[in-house]
Amino acid sequence: MILTLLILIPLVAGIISMFAKGAAKGIALTAAIATTVTTVLLLMAMNAVATGGYTEWSIPWIPTLGANISLMADGMAGMLCLLTGIVMTVVFITNWNKDVENPGSFYGLMLLSQAGITGVFLASDALLFYFFWELALIPVYFLCSQWGGEKRIAVTFKFFIYTFLGSLMLLAGLIYLSLQNPGGDSFAWENIKRAGASLPVDQQQWLFWLIFIAFAIKMPIFPFHTWQPDTYEQSPTPVTIVLSALMVKMGVFGVLRWLLPVVPEGVAFWSDTVMTLSVIGIVYASLLAIVQTDLKRLVAYSSIAHMGLMSAAAFANNGVATHGLMVQMFNHGINIAGMWVIVSMIEQRWGTRNMKELGGMAITAPLMTITLVIISLANIALPLTNGFIGEFMLFNGLFSGTSQYSMTFMVIAGLGIILGAIYTLNMVQRTAYGEAVALKQGGDLTKNEYIGLAIIIALIIVLGVYPKPLLDLTAGMATMVMP
Amino acid sequence: MTNLVYLVPLFPLIGFLINGIGWRKIPKSAGGVIGSVAVLASFAVSLGIFFEVKAAGTGTTVHLFDFIQSGSLNIPFIFQVDALSSLFLLIITGVGFLIHVYSTSYMHDDEGMVKYFAYLNLFVFSMLLLVLGGNYLIMFIGWEGVGLCSYLLIGFWFKNREYTNAAKKAFVMNRIGDLGFLVGMLLVLFNFGTLSYQDLFGQISAGTSPVTDSTYNWIAICFFIGAMGKSAQLPLYTWLPDAMAGPTPVSALIHAATMVTAGIYMIARSSVLYNLAPMAQDLVAVIGLATAIIAASIAIKQYDIKKVLAYSTVSQLGFMFLALGVGAYTTAVFHVMTHAFFKALLFLGSGSVIHAMGGEQDIRKMGGLNKHMKITGITFLIGCLAIAGIPGLSGFFSKDEILASVYAHSPVMYYLALGAALMTAFYMFRLYFLTFTGKFRGTHEQEHHLHESPAAITIPLVVLAILSIVGGYIGLPPVISEHHTLNAYLAPVVSNFNVHHLEHATEWMLMGLSTGLVIIMIGVAYSLTKNPNFAPNTGIAKVLENKWYVDEVYDAVIVRPIAALSGLLNNIVERMGIDGAVNGVGKLVNWSGGKIRLFQSGQVGFYIFAMVLGITVLFAISFFWIQ
Repeated sequence: MILTLLILIPLVAGIISMFAKGAAKGIALTAAIATTVTTVLLLMAMNAVATGGYTEWSIPWIPTLGANISLMADGMAGMLCLLTGIVMTVVFITNWNKDVENPGSFYGLMLLSQAGITGVFLASDALLFYFFWELALIPVYFLCSQWGGEKRIAVTFKFFIYTFLGSLMLLAGLIYLSLQNPGGDSFAWENIKRAGASLPVDQQQWLFWLIFIAFAIKMPIFPFHTWQPDTYEQSPTPVTIVLSALMVKMGVFGVLRWLLPVVPEGVAFWSDTVMTLSVIGIVYASLLAIVQTDLKRLVAYSSIAHMGLMSAAAFANNGVATHGLMVQMFNHGINIAGMWVIVSMIEQRWGTRNMKELGGMAITAPLMTITLVIISLANIALPLTNGFIGEFMLFNGLFSGTSQYSMTFMVIAGLGIILGAIYTLNMVQRTAYGEAVALKQGGDLTKNEYIGLAIIIALIIVLGVYPKPLLDLTAGMATMVMP
Repeated sequence: MTNLVYLVPLFPLIGFLINGIGWRKIPKSAGGVIGSVAVLASFAVSLGIFFEVKAAGTGTTVHLFDFIQSGSLNIPFIFQVDALSSLFLLIITGVGFLIHVYSTSYMHDDEGMVKYFAYLNLFVFSMLLLVLGGNYLIMFIGWEGVGLCSYLLIGFWFKNREYTNAAKKAFVMNRIGDLGFLVGMLLVLFNFGTLSYQDLFGQISAGTSPVTDSTYNWIAICFFIGAMGKSAQLPLYTWLPDAMAGPTPVSALIHAATMVTAGIYMIARSSVLYNLAPMAQDLVAVIGLATAIIAASIAIKQYDIKKVLAYSTVSQLGFMFLALGVGAYTTAVFHVMTHAFFKALLFLGSGSVIHAMGGEQDIRKMGGLNKHMKITGITFLIGCLAIAGIPGLSGFFSKDEILASVYAHSPVMYYLALGAALMTAFYMFRLYFLTFTGKFRGTHEQEHHLHESPAAITIPLVVLAILSIVGGYIGLPPVISEHHTLNAYLAPVVSNFNVHHLEHATEWMLMGLSTGLVIIMIGVAYSLTKNPNFAPNTGIAKVLENKWYVDEVYDAVIVRPIAALSGLLNNIVERMGIDGAVNGVGKLVNWSGGKIRLFQSGQVGFYIFAMVLGITVLFAISFFWIQ
């Protein structure tokens, strides 16, 4: 029941919000906190049950197709649900004082998207997975096109084309796999896995791309990334946070759950290619981040660089890399959510995101500056911040991977830590230091912003100093993901 | 006491938290006291640990908690308490404490004083983690931590764009080195499955590991790249002279007690490893020697009092790496210690001068300060005598030991190193004479304000001056005493490699040669600065004044090409290439949508025809394909 609740809470709250107008933000925040608490309970229950998966509900959905409504949680899913709950809570807290046009629909769509994202992480049936995948995306199209920036329509269209193309191929791939099950058509994860792994190598090789493209776009991996800076730039900040903190994790999650174990031969054949693209993406996105003047675009490219390291590690075929990926998925989500919150506060207070027009925040808004600096340090994976633990494990896994080019990949990926320092410190310098630029409105952190950011900062430091809880939670995944 | 080792970094951490969280509420003087007391408490615990380790003769490992654990990868948070780390603890907290006391006066007029002390404590905390770590990962935490703190402190006066640029440069250059460190760590993990010193050096000493010579060399070289960044060696040294943008006591902290000595510590700690990596050792020696010479040559023509000292640090660090490279690890550690005393003294002395001069740092505008600030003048002179290597002072013993080891290794390198040592004597006394003797060359108003600094500044100077004199007696050369206290203390941890002992006659000869030449150089410096002439430099002097144009070369070869590449990628590849292709697909969809629209002609007959055709095709597919 508890897994169903995780999806039902935001789904029902979302539908209620649609009609709630002014009360919507309260409903949304309550729902987000409720899902977080429920997830914590789930994690405790899972601990009690056993290691491995925790399943419930397998009722027939479309029997002729072999599709069931079945949910499953393991360490990875639990961790991602927790991330979803925390991030949504922070989003709703920090957005509390902002006037949103048509709040009922806005918060309603946000919650629907949350329900979809949670469903993606919990589904153990391929068709259900696909259903939630779309359920998560569709509200985002509306949010983007209704509440976005000036170029929102064109950008949403581009985003739609990208993701829809990927989704279609994913659906085709999953249907094909469901037809290959020896014991009759089935979309169940176990059967899809068995069916995929038993396919001849050449079939696995093309199936790989059919499934992978959707995930590659979502993460995104170079060169499937150009929707991202535009979409991040044009979306309202809460949506940008959902996209970058949670939805990119759907891509990584998809790879780990629905690609690596499903077409192992295809993965073995293409992993060098994907890793090459990934590490190129790290350097490429980092170089682009250096020349951005718009804060949102800078953070967007920075995120692409980080995702590059994660996708490279996902294909390294190494236990430490996979385990590090768990840690990094969580931490990247936390850090980038914090980053966007700050960026949106800057935009709100100074009326611009252009770094050339900013400066001296350390004088005008010292608390904001401290949080910006701490989050930036986590962004460049300084030790004793959460970013370091994951990054060290990813580098270690990448280095000891099975590819013959492992060391080369690691060293090229390592250039990211130098370039990352350049663009991140540039950003800090241009916004926080120098002569003060007067605020247009507001002041330093408001109470709700303070609370939201305090959650982020606490997680950054606690998980940076003592990562054991997160590592223990996901310890089983390293062996579960890899065939 | 050893069980309480966690207290050593804990005190500065608490100081950082108190001052860091309460920086807007805590009064300035209270902030200074909190910061200073925190480091003093660490020093007290460090003393206890030092004597305990000395009595026990062996070290221990203290396990704090599990840090990173994944499958067979297990990296705990452990501290290594032994001769090497306990010695560094004393240097860091002892010299660090004096710098804190000094800062309470020096920074008293700065509105950010409490924040400053928070950073200072964090700096000490990071450095303590660095030397206490029982494995390379904990060292790395401190390693990056000191990088961060130097960034925060160099850019402390953040309104000034140049200062924050210097801070950024320091951090990025350090990061280049850090990548080397990281790769080195991953190589160690890959080949030995552990990062802990005990396990690693145990495996190496036992000879059970199947690791090849080239792997040892690669690991050692990667670690050395890290050391190049942190300890400002060629080619990653240019951040250190710029780092003097921060408040002067910070320079003393960076140059003497913390940060730059990290690289020396790392290689001394890894001596077991370096002993098996002869190629890496040669590289260390050559880079160290080259850095010593080049930095010394630059210092000769600088006019900024702090710049001279900064290049002298780079040069002295070069000497230390030279010692490491020839296998004389304990000698390098010895020089770290004496250098900490006299370099802290010199930097704090220069701060006292700058304070008196109202912020002026150009030695062309100074002169005759001896008359106005006696304590600063005398202690500064002691610092100069120590660094120049005048017999009887600390610098003499450690530098002489380096030169003797180098001579035993290679006479050619010895003569080059001697050249650098002579340049050191020259530029230090050029600095001293121009600043403290002769006539005052500044404005009338400046002269009017000249005064000796308050006790919080002069007391640390006096203490450091005494240490600069006596600090060398724990390492007497073999011609004087057969017992080398420091070497005996460090012997259980650091194993010197292949260090030949010289004949006593040779050693006397070397000592006499260097001492005689140093005294001559001081005489030359005196005669050249008696009637100073500050005409614009030409020829080689101009090249030296402009620091061999290294910054300009880096800018042209590295910085600008990267910026150009980024711009190119942003404007051409991203916008027109990749995104262009994507937008092309978008246009195609629009266009095809427009064409497909034509099929909706409104004629029912056409629709029925299309339906029948479609159904037929579907049937055909299901028949042929699925069967």
